[in-house]
Amino acid sequence: MNRLLKNREILLVVIIAIMVAGFSTRAPGFASPGNLANIFNDTSILIILALGQMTVILTKSIDLSVAANLAFTGMAVAMTNAAYPDLPLALLIVMAIGIGAFLGAINGFLVWALQIPPIVVTLGTLTIYRGMAFVLSGGGWVNAHQMTPSFLNIPRMPVLGLPILSWIAIVIVLGAWFVLTRLPFGRAAYASGGNPTAAVYAGIDIGWTRFLAFVLSGALAGLSSYLWVSRYAVAYVDIAAGFELDTVAACVIGGISIAGGIGSVAGAVLGSLFLGVIKNALPVIGISPFAQMAISGIVIVLAVVFNARAEKKAGRIILRDRAAPEVSA
Amino acid sequence: MSDVATKRVIPDRLGTKTSRMLASWEVLLFGVAALIFIFNSFASPYFLNAWNLSDATFNFTEKAMIAFAMALLVIAGEIDLSVAAIIALASTAMGAAAQMGIGTPGLVAIGIGTGLLCGAFNGLLVAGLRLPSIVVTIGTMSLFRGISYIVLGDQAYGKYPESFAYFGQGYVAWVFSFEFVLFIGLAIAFAILLHATNFGRQVYVIGNNEFAARFSGIPVERVKFILFLLTGLMAGVAAVCLTSRLGSTRPSIAQGWELEVVTMVVLGGVSILGGAGTIAGVVIAAFVMGLVTFGLGLLNVPGIVMSIFVGLLLIITIAVPIIARRIKEMNR
Repeated sequence: MNRLLKNREILLVVIIAIMVAGFSTRAPGFASPGNLANIFNDTSILIILALGQMTVILTKSIDLSVAANLAFTGMAVAMTNAAYPDLPLALLIVMAIGIGAFLGAINGFLVWALQIPPIVVTLGTLTIYRGMAFVLSGGGWVNAHQMTPSFLNIPRMPVLGLPILSWIAIVIVLGAWFVLTRLPFGRAAYASGGNPTAAVYAGIDIGWTRFLAFVLSGALAGLSSYLWVSRYAVAYVDIAAGFELDTVAACVIGGISIAGGIGSVAGAVLGSLFLGVIKNALPVIGISPFAQMAISGIVIVLAVVFNARAEKKAGRIILRDRAAPEVSA
Repeated sequence: MSDVATKRVIPDRLGTKTSRMLASWEVLLFGVAALIFIFNSFASPYFLNAWNLSDATFNFTEKAMIAFAMALLVIAGEIDLSVAAIIALASTAMGAAAQMGIGTPGLVAIGIGTGLLCGAFNGLLVAGLRLPSIVVTIGTMSLFRGISYIVLGDQAYGKYPESFAYFGQGYVAWVFSFEFVLFIGLAIAFAILLHATNFGRQVYVIGNNEFAARFSGIPVERVKFILFLLTGLMAGVAAVCLTSRLGSTRPSIAQGWELEVVTMVVLGGVSILGGAGTIAGVVIAAFVMGLVTFGLGLLNVPGIVMSIFVGLLLIITIAVPIIARRIKEMNR
């Protein structure tokens, strides 16, 4: 099993490398370290969100509200910054993470305490959170000139050759790896998705684990909201519209099973980078940016086909179906 | 997540209880619809007007057509998130054909045909390759709408023949629009299909226990494929109506409708876990959502704020029966 997963990640690395090599024949300089660092920086927010999404998916749930959470929290943070420019940035970031985690906790609570299927809960909160962003802002925009320079510039500041935004993503990746592979919560997350019945018998509180996963996903969405608003230097109601699907796509491409219990941090990161490379390559090689949507659609479908085959080989599907009647996410 | 909870309940009693709860679900929903209706007629003097109410039906008829097919799909334990993207692609195909001078019958055939093709593609992936429908249709959602974006970019198709306008703007008799009559006809057709045919029983069985369905000789894959085909077909029909009503096609047409359709289905009492639900519930849910958006519209509430109400409606209508059951269990 482990070897199979490793194969999967190596395969992704190879595919990404081939893509980069292919693109650089069309556009010299595409594979230059500077451009690759750019792509990584560009994909940082997707990576952070995909790691939160992955944790939720591992527990056999799904969080479709991440992008709406990002829009609401981003608006709240940007408006606070515009209204009180004297507040220290650290406080704003803590506020962003706090609001995000709170919105995630609402999702988690509904899933945990009321046992409403996660897809229904987050479908509902997706529209609610984005609607709240509109109510909060009255449909207005917060533009770059209303934001303080430190609010805008700190994620761009280069440290050791990489912008702080990239470093934040790297820290989150390492943190997610630690939490999911070295802490009891990580084991609980894998167990409650892989085999819920066995997890209950092993003394794992599935509901609580799912709740924590949603809080984590929300907190990461909150952090991303500041990064997003600062990176694009604007906050409005529709920021990141539809981005929740990109996070799910990154997970699926990275080999995280939508049925729960299977997946790795490296997979989620590589899945995000895969999408990031495509997104950055299209304009460079002269393909209309309008084609990006169709391409990621094809990639998702292919990835699902591939995942299903890989999972079947591991012989896990039969086990799971027997142990716990299929509870669709 | 329900495997812990189900153990506390004796299975055969669960069945009768669920059916009893469902029997009252439609009644409850009908009560909600009536309340909204009464509230609206007090809140705005423009509400109780036959033509205004007729206009209001356009808020939900197209979505409801898809919701009928989606209800069957959800009852069978699957989901199709690509329906709105199918509308976009079908509308784009019709638009391209209209620019080439193809007449109204040809356009309708192309719209419905595109819907069927997309449905068949989904069905092939889910039923043929046995992939999870939620991710497959997230993928095809990007793919179908992506093709529309490749074809149209930031352009729009506009020149539709005059007779094509009938489907979205025509009236059969008095205030009853073509769309509304079609909606009623489809509701009856789907109610018969689900509640009075072998096929309908098979859909329920698959949703309740796919293994048992297989052992009972039900062609699970074929039924699922047909359901995706039906959903694609209804998305095609909705695309004809919507395109005809708007008179133009942009790649962003019907954006976000998949969520509204699913909301309608779930609000109608269809279990998202599969195996339970009725067409009558979906019909009432369609009216509830139509009345809410129309009533709020008359009060000048912006569309995005309406979506908050729709989201709250979705969560509350699901949460209330669960909380009520909890309280009942506690008192026992």
